[in-house]
Amino acid sequence: MRAAVIVFPGSNRERDMRLALGGSFGEDPVMVWHRDTDLPKVDLIVLPGGFSYGDYLRAGAMAAHSPVLREVKARADAGVHVLGVCNGFQILTETGLLPGALMRNADLRFVCRDVHLKVERADTAFTGGFRAGDVLRCPVAHHDGNYFADAGTLDALEGEGRVAVRYCDETGAPTVAANPNGSQRNIAGIYNERLNVLGMMPHPEDAVHPLLGGLGGKPLFDGMAAGIGDAA
Amino acid sequence: MDAQENQVTPNIIAEHGLTSEEYDKILEILGRAPNLTELGVFSVMWSEHCSYKSSKKWLKTLPTEGPRVICGPGENAGVVDIGDGLAAIFKMESHNHPSFIEPYQGAATGVGGILRDVFTMGARPVANMNALRFGDPRHPRTRHLVAGVVAGIGGYGNCVGVPTVGGETNFHTRYDGNILVNAMTVGIAEADRIFYSAATGAGNPVVYVGSKTGRDGIHGATMASAEFNEDSEEKRPTVQVGDPFTEKLLIEACLELMATGAIVAIQDMGAAGLTSSSFEMASKGGVGVELDLDQVPAREDGMTAYEFLLSESQERMLMVLKPGSEERARAIMEKWELDFAVVGHLTDTGRMVVRHHGEIAADLPIDPLALASPEYDRPWEPVPKQPILAADEVSEIAPPDALKTLMGCPDLASRRWIWEQYDHLIMGDTVQRPGGDAAVVRIQGANGAVTGKALAITTDVTPRYCLADPEEGAKQAVAEAWRNLTAVGAMPLAITDNMNFGNPEKPDIMGQFVGCVNGIRKACEALDFPVVSGNVSLYNETAGIAILPTPAIGAVGLLDRYDGSAGIAVRDDGLSLVLIGGTSGHLGQSLYLRELLNREEGAPPPVDLAAERRNGDLVRRLIAGGKVAACHDLSDGGLLVAAAEMALAGNTGVSIGVPDGVPAHAWLFGEDQARYLIAAGDVEAVLSAAESAGVPAAEIGHSGGDAVAVDGAPVALDDLRRIHESWLPGYMAGS
Repeated sequence: MRAAVIVFPGSNRERDMRLALGGSFGEDPVMVWHRDTDLPKVDLIVLPGGFSYGDYLRAGAMAAHSPVLREVKARADAGVHVLGVCNGFQILTETGLLPGALMRNADLRFVCRDVHLKVERADTAFTGGFRAGDVLRCPVAHHDGNYFADAGTLDALEGEGRVAVRYCDETGAPTVAANPNGSQRNIAGIYNERLNVLGMMPHPEDAVHPLLGGLGGKPLFDGMAAGIGDAA
Repeated sequence: MDAQENQVTPNIIAEHGLTSEEYDKILEILGRAPNLTELGVFSVMWSEHCSYKSSKKWLKTLPTEGPRVICGPGENAGVVDIGDGLAAIFKMESHNHPSFIEPYQGAATGVGGILRDVFTMGARPVANMNALRFGDPRHPRTRHLVAGVVAGIGGYGNCVGVPTVGGETNFHTRYDGNILVNAMTVGIAEADRIFYSAATGAGNPVVYVGSKTGRDGIHGATMASAEFNEDSEEKRPTVQVGDPFTEKLLIEACLELMATGAIVAIQDMGAAGLTSSSFEMASKGGVGVELDLDQVPAREDGMTAYEFLLSESQERMLMVLKPGSEERARAIMEKWELDFAVVGHLTDTGRMVVRHHGEIAADLPIDPLALASPEYDRPWEPVPKQPILAADEVSEIAPPDALKTLMGCPDLASRRWIWEQYDHLIMGDTVQRPGGDAAVVRIQGANGAVTGKALAITTDVTPRYCLADPEEGAKQAVAEAWRNLTAVGAMPLAITDNMNFGNPEKPDIMGQFVGCVNGIRKACEALDFPVVSGNVSLYNETAGIAILPTPAIGAVGLLDRYDGSAGIAVRDDGLSLVLIGGTSGHLGQSLYLRELLNREEGAPPPVDLAAERRNGDLVRRLIAGGKVAACHDLSDGGLLVAAAEMALAGNTGVSIGVPDGVPAHAWLFGEDQARYLIAAGDVEAVLSAAESAGVPAAEIGHSGGDAVAVDGAPVALDDLRRIHESWLPGYMAGS
């Protein structure tokens, strides 16, 4: 099981991601510089958090035009699994691999805090470490995490089981108070139609250690290790 | 620049903040009149901000050495040995004046500047902290300043990807016209790969790396060396604009280049930009330097030599490279999409010669200018001692009512609204988050490796104590920092001091400064807690009103095991609460006095440094021995506030009984020093350890329930939480 983490100028959570992937996969991921177009053969491609190109345009908009993204798209189309977290999610929406957009947080402020997430389904290659309906705790840290899509798209996402995780309270209820950024229908993460691309704003990679943010994100990485398998 | 533009008139000399004595000294050094460019260089190099001319006589008295100190003050930041071949590098620095004029950019570039001071020395920055002071919440400008400063600190640190793990924020009307933004960065480097600024090797290339140079920030250092008046708004153009994305690239590029061994010396371009960095590097190395300004990457056309030399554009570095390594360095900078230019070389002339458009724009001797900067022994008056306020001179208020008021007052209310805007978790090493006594961050080894140890970091000062008694107040600031590190179980290592004061030309202000330096010295000596770096910010006055004397202390401690730290949260019922340290019930200068009775008077609590050490060493041993379920330093608000904070953090109630024979308000709310509140399962073990260490200790209550109760009178945790959490968000929302 091999993973690659794409590093853009301004990526800054790639180490967190490397440690989390290494901890569950038993092998450190390959770190790939954004200018490299010959992406190694891997089973999982990860777009980490950060402020690619400073996010001075729209978050993720510049990185979406990076040479390596063409290759990421081609791999995703071929069925390789892709995980985008935070800035990675923003990049995935900017490339069109995932629908919708991530707007500025509703209260206009950056937010870093633990949230609860409800895992909507456990039968994807990403979520085998959970049971459907599980509530996990992990942090968010973003300025532009307010998920927006038109009603038709939202209905389609829900109807097709493509909402991956939703902001909720400790009991799993998707309340307004539990929503840290104003996301529509409390959506924190979504899949593409084939369920091989997952984008999410929260940071499961910062919740894989009992003393460092808890273990809320650990089942995601363990589940991917078991569920994605070797492409080779 | 034509001759007329280059004319130096008495008016221009005064505008550059130079006195006539200082100008005479310039004539003596040069043996001729300076041109305008040269005058500009003198003006920034001899500004209070760069030369420490009013403060250095006193700063020299501070203890700066110790067995763990690798590098003390004088470099970009202090360096302390943390074992396993690693070093912690840290410093705190002010960006007060710019933050008042333009809070977002002022605070953001403050963070950028202190980050550069740390990674310039070869460290990867791993944690940011800050110490903020704002004016009265009712002042019309305060809300705007809080919003801008917090957003600026977050905006920069979050993008650069360094966690902002804590800090402190106070409000007081004496900061209405001069807020304080003190930013601290801690980095980790390999102890045998520290980079210094001394330039050596005549002929070695001098290279410029980072952002292009523009006209921003010209005379920032001079602005930081004068009082404010009502026209200060017009100084907005002297505030620089931050670009954290470029800073992030600069960090990665510099660390990558450092690993190649190509760098002889390196210095960031901070206050006074290219001038200050090249002078410091050449002076420290005893060499000369020639610069060709035509090679400097410029953001705008038509910049003069004066502007190039004095610009404070951000995210720039100056380096001396080993000859022949230019192309390797260029390749790394190009990979990171940063400007790179060879802008000059070192010489053996001891002079700085600056060329622009083929002509000599400045020709200055380095050592006379850098080393012969003025040093003043400014007249000072000792601050008169205040009488000690007896408990019976202070009205008693029912403890539940007093507690509720205090927990919701501006200086004690929760800072969650602030630190949730800071990414305090990035890097995945944050063991203890903001809200406790000290932040705890697991140490990253070389190349980002995980280690088993951790650093504890805190910033502290109680300015109202320093106003009432500068020496005792400064001792308290150091002691509280030491206690906060101890309270999480860390061994305190060293401090950085950020001295914020008013106009040093006024003897009473200078008296505050002298008293505070004396207090820091005594405390650091008694606690083996050397000062390894620091910064001085004077002239924090507007319309003649000076800030409270604010010697902010940033401190770093070491934990041998990151999984061995203690926090403030009481999470279980049935734990005993043990008060460590003696209580006399000192209410002078307490928050109880100020918030409930509207009185700011009396002597601040005395600091017994021997007791601090004895009590703290015991607490650290108890934590290391696993005897402590939770621990909290007692400071602002006293015992009951600390107990309430512990209860809220762990969502578990506490019950406390006031002992006989003491006035309840003095015992519950007095701010006596050298004290900790501990929650422990095995109370006998704690009490007997205290007894054998000669430390006063008493069981004063236990945990359990859903309220904070004093002698049976409860305040529900839910009420307390609402009061504690709602003030700042409510205030910022305008309600």
